[in-house]
Amino acid sequence: MKFAYYPGCASEGSGIEYHMSMERTAYILGFEIQELEDWNCCGATSGHNTDKLLSVALPARNLAIAERSGLNMVVAPCAACYSRHRYAEHTIQHDPEMRRKVEQVLELDLAGSTETLSILDVLVNKIGTETIAAKVVNPMTTMKAACYYGCLLVRPVEHTGFDDPEDPQTMDQIMKALGADPIDWSHKTECCGAALVTSRPDVGNPMLYRVLKDAKESGAECLVTACPLCMLNLDMRQAAIEKQFGEKLALPVYYITELLALACGDKPSQVGLEKHFVEAGTYLRTIEVRGAEARAAAEKAAQEAAEKARAKAEAAAAAKAAAAAKKAAKAEAASKAESADGQAAPAKEAAAGKPAASADGDQKKIDAFVAAFNKNPDKMAAKLVADEAQAGILVSALDDKKKSKLASLMVKDMELAKKAAAAYVQQELKKQGECQS
Amino acid sequence: MENSVLLSPADNHQKALIRKLEQEAGTSISLCYQCGKCTAGCPAAFAMDFPPRQVIRMLQLGLTDMALNSNSIWICASCETCSSRCPRGVDIASLMDTMRREALKRGKTDKKVAAFNKAFLSNVKNFGRTFEAGLLLRHNLVTGQPFKDMELGLPMLKRGKASPLPHMIKGRQEMKKIFERVDQFGGEQ
Ligand code: SF4
Ligand code: SF4
Repeated sequence: MKFAYYPGCASEGSGIEYHMSMERTAYILGFEIQELEDWNCCGATSGHNTDKLLSVALPARNLAIAERSGLNMVVAPCAACYSRHRYAEHTIQHDPEMRRKVEQVLELDLAGSTETLSILDVLVNKIGTETIAAKVVNPMTTMKAACYYGCLLVRPVEHTGFDDPEDPQTMDQIMKALGADPIDWSHKTECCGAALVTSRPDVGNPMLYRVLKDAKESGAECLVTACPLCMLNLDMRQAAIEKQFGEKLALPVYYITELLALACGDKPSQVGLEKHFVEAGTYLRTIEVRGAEARAAAEKAAQEAAEKARAKAEAAAAAKAAAAAKKAAKAEAASKAESADGQAAPAKEAAAGKPAASADGDQKKIDAFVAAFNKNPDKMAAKLVADEAQAGILVSALDDKKKSKLASLMVKDMELAKKAAAAYVQQELKKQGECQS
Repeated sequence: MENSVLLSPADNHQKALIRKLEQEAGTSISLCYQCGKCTAGCPAAFAMDFPPRQVIRMLQLGLTDMALNSNSIWICASCETCSSRCPRGVDIASLMDTMRREALKRGKTDKKVAAFNKAFLSNVKNFGRTFEAGLLLRHNLVTGQPFKDMELGLPMLKRGKASPLPHMIKGRQEMKKIFERVDQFGGEQ
């Protein structure tokens, strides 16, 4: 994938790390960016504060360069540049009169074929968070980051539209792909004061303070931004804000592209981390240690869980084996009881009157008969009734209660057992007859 | 006519101006039903003499001078929160922008903001790009606060975040022409 690249004026000064890390990000993720030849400043806020035609004509010159280069997708990492180019695009496409004027001013024809994209849009919708996640070698585990979108990446909606204007998520998604924990906070799209921090600090500073304070109070340990002007305020002016409001904030601020490159294995110097005003390296080392600990703990927990699961599986297997053994033993006992039937029953009949048989011994025999009933009901039934037909009826009538009753009678007195069996057959016949009638 | 109530004191001149502002801003002030949502979300309202809802009300009443003289239009940070939240679809931020330009034409401005804008655009006109370091210096000298942001200047230079010289594009002639032709259109936009 290839994009035209509009670095913006900050890339040559205060936002130089953004430029460095943007190039690294493109390299790492394997997309191409081609700097627009001889691009000019978009005019920013000063442009649209002063003259509408000028504010469209300045970015339009860059869009014309993109059109000539044949690259219609223009990535503009600076949120303010992005906004001005989107505005110009929108005007060129929807306001024919204005477009004619701009063409006269530039002495150029405009096709209106470009699409300026923010870096968040490119990363989430053109490249994809899975692709990013697949490149991560140093995950930012345990990083508590406040994703700061500011104003112009999400507003006005008709010019941006790639994310929600009140609770945007694209940067959070990228941070999750890098392994970090983006926090929820209420000032993710509040204004940092923008140019007012420079031109009217009496107004801009309280605005900036509120953003930093809310991040801190919401549990953030750092801020992430996709705008060099937000960076200028949040990072370079943080010390002055701390002084003015008498509060220690100590929040390192990172460009999203810096964190991406670092998570994908870059060294801090490759993305210009040492150029930050609020020291930014220490927190990353903290994350490294804490992340390693967290990963080790997670691994241990996983291991323990696996151990537990294995033990459980073993116990289950043992229980199964025991059950199988018991079943086998029962079956054996049953077959013994069966083979014993022929001779044992008369012997028992003879011995019925004798009090010699212990209750314990009787119970074993009863159990053996019950097992035999379960295993081979037809054969057992045949012993108690006169013919096969009656045996069949008896079998269909037998339930657990009847089986144990018959078994105990068989042990005590075969005749009684036969009588009981006959009664069951009668009962069953009656029942079946009722059903049929 | 003795029972008539004057709902809007605007004369024809004011009405024409309001129409022009609305047209340039691409929005309509009559849509506003004064709910105040714009003011509620405005991060700069605390510093304004009249918050956004009241500025819109002034225009509805034809009080154009009052609106154009208010400091609100210069305090507005163009954050677009008001426009994105207005339940009636009034583009307040665009109106603020349009009023700033109108006020500028009439020579009414916040001196510091105007000085900053002027310095910024003269960079763009002459170099094709903004020259941050020079801009800060010039802005501070012009506004009589030479020591403002001193804590930034040196560390920026040391960190390679401020080039001592401006970056100049090749198409500087082109840039001059763009500014000239925009002027020829009379700044009517
Ligand atoms: S939010 Fe819209 S409708 Fe409500 S007061 Fe502001 S401009 Fe008027
Ligand atoms: S654009 Fe201006 S008026 Fe609207 S919310 Fe932002 S600062 Fe307030």
